[in-house]
Amino acid sequence: MKYLHLVVSNLFRKKTRTALTAGSFAVALFLFGILAAVDGAFKQGVDVAGVDRLVVLNRVSIIQPLPLAYRDRLARIPGVTGVTFANWFGGVYQDERNFFPQFAIDREHYRQMYPEFVVPDDQWQAFLIDKEGAIVGEALMERFKWKIGDRIPVKGTIFPGSWEFNIRGVYRGQRVQDDTTQFWFRWDYLDERKSFTKGLVGWYVIRIANPDDAVRLVKVIDEQFANSPTETKTDTEKAFAASFVKQMGNIQLLIMSVGSVVFFTLLLVTGNTMAIAVRERTRELAVLKAVGFRDGFVLALVIVETMTVAVVGGGVGLGLAKLFTLRGDPTGGLLPFFYVSPKSIALGLGLALAVGLAAGILPALSASRLRVVDALRRI
Amino acid sequence: MVSIDGRGDGKSLIRARGLGKTYRRGGEEIHVLQGLNLDVDAGDFVAFMGPSGSGKTTLLNLLGGLDVPSAGSVIVAGDEITHMSARKLTAWRARHVGFVFQMYNLIPVLTAFQNAELPLLLTSLSKAERRRHVETALAVVGLGDRMHHYPRQLSGGQEQRVGIARAIVADPTFLLCDEPTGDLDRKSADEVLDLLDRLVRDHGKTALMVTHDPLAAERARIVLHLEKGVLVEALSAGRPQSPAPA
Repeated sequence: MKYLHLVVSNLFRKKTRTALTAGSFAVALFLFGILAAVDGAFKQGVDVAGVDRLVVLNRVSIIQPLPLAYRDRLARIPGVTGVTFANWFGGVYQDERNFFPQFAIDREHYRQMYPEFVVPDDQWQAFLIDKEGAIVGEALMERFKWKIGDRIPVKGTIFPGSWEFNIRGVYRGQRVQDDTTQFWFRWDYLDERKSFTKGLVGWYVIRIANPDDAVRLVKVIDEQFANSPTETKTDTEKAFAASFVKQMGNIQLLIMSVGSVVFFTLLLVTGNTMAIAVRERTRELAVLKAVGFRDGFVLALVIVETMTVAVVGGGVGLGLAKLFTLRGDPTGGLLPFFYVSPKSIALGLGLALAVGLAAGILPALSASRLRVVDALRRI
Repeated sequence: MVSIDGRGDGKSLIRARGLGKTYRRGGEEIHVLQGLNLDVDAGDFVAFMGPSGSGKTTLLNLLGGLDVPSAGSVIVAGDEITHMSARKLTAWRARHVGFVFQMYNLIPVLTAFQNAELPLLLTSLSKAERRRHVETALAVVGLGDRMHHYPRQLSGGQEQRVGIARAIVADPTFLLCDEPTGDLDRKSADEVLDLLDRLVRDHGKTALMVTHDPLAAERARIVLHLEKGVLVEALSAGRPQSPAPA
């Protein structure tokens, strides 16, 4: 601690330069925070996927339906303890920008399949007795300031026509990362009104008794429907969510590429700045060594200065990113989990420190190797 | 008592024997110091004079452990420093040498107090003890009322006095002063020389000073002349003391 004033004084020696260097870190880490939030939002479904759930799709494509008749056949397979199904609706509420996922759900078993989504019993009962009833996630309720009892008009796109739903209940997630931006309504209402693909569902979700048995069951299920007019493709929920993310493109590669360019540029800028700073202080560093400060101390002094700038600047950037994400999803529904996680903050600070260290190490080494007599020319 | 004939009585504070320093520039060897002997007793105030390139600063660098000789040895207060590792030599400098530089070499972002405190940061003294030592050192150099001024807020003479406070604050074995008045006007130079004189006379310090200024040299008790790397003349208060071997 007795050396702290040396670090602080040196950082305030050229305030503008320090501020600009810290600012570079702030901008880079702000960008990192936002990219990490986007990446996290895309991968959230993967992270929260149940390990004991399988998803059964039409082998041809996710948009091709499956017969309702498969439900009982799936339920009879040993190792399967529950079956439910759902359908993507894809309607528009007021404006296309108001995107949110709408699912026509199996009212009998959907709730049991997803215990992480909690719906009060009385609200669920109200949903069951109203064919036009809907259960809405609490984040979605908050987004549109809806309340229970509201009648919500939705314009069908896949299933044309004007659809209206009565909000009968609100579900909340048991975990902070659970998606509460969904809109559920009854599949039987959809099936009754739609003029085509009657008796077909979008996909099945299966609960299995033993997650370790998933690989075998995937094979058993797909073999059961092999060579039928509607073959299936079964996967774990996690793999299903991951493949869904992949459809958006390789987000992680994009983020890694952008992040790498930004951090490499930051490394060059900071390294150059520190090299200049050390060169300007050659005589001072030589004096420190002359009066008895060791090479290692001079090395540490320069590195600590760089890393302090990195952490302060990076902390500001990550703080701003956190503040930015507190405002919620900036895309209006595409990224329901748009937040900077503590893990991302830790990783960001780690990256800032690593860049600070890498940027400071060469100037610090040159400072520590400085020959006093050369630097002073005369004592 | 100072001697340059290599026949010191063994009680010298600083003893150099056969000291040589050779630099290689291109393919050419430059002998800056050659077979130099020197004995300096505690409490002496020695001035080194000589033309540029005569080896004055190189000699100070060797005596202060900032550079290593090509030949010969330096023993200070019983410590043979010639073969010390760089790490040991750094620690030795912190304990034994107080440096006063021509350009003051204060750290501009630190106050007079903080500049003077620097050598004490290497000790195990508590904060309160460091404060007491620094206040004493600054009082000795007459800057007790300028402790919290930054170098830019001080005159050249005052800056040099802070430099001297930094040199004496850890109570080193001896002071090495390289052109301490070289960048000062006459009045400030006299004040600094008065201060060095007082440190030697009243506080028993040993000081070795390189200077081009005859008036500054006159303040030393002993004046040694260096020419082409050899001590050729020794003067006491401006008068020849003993002949030097070639």
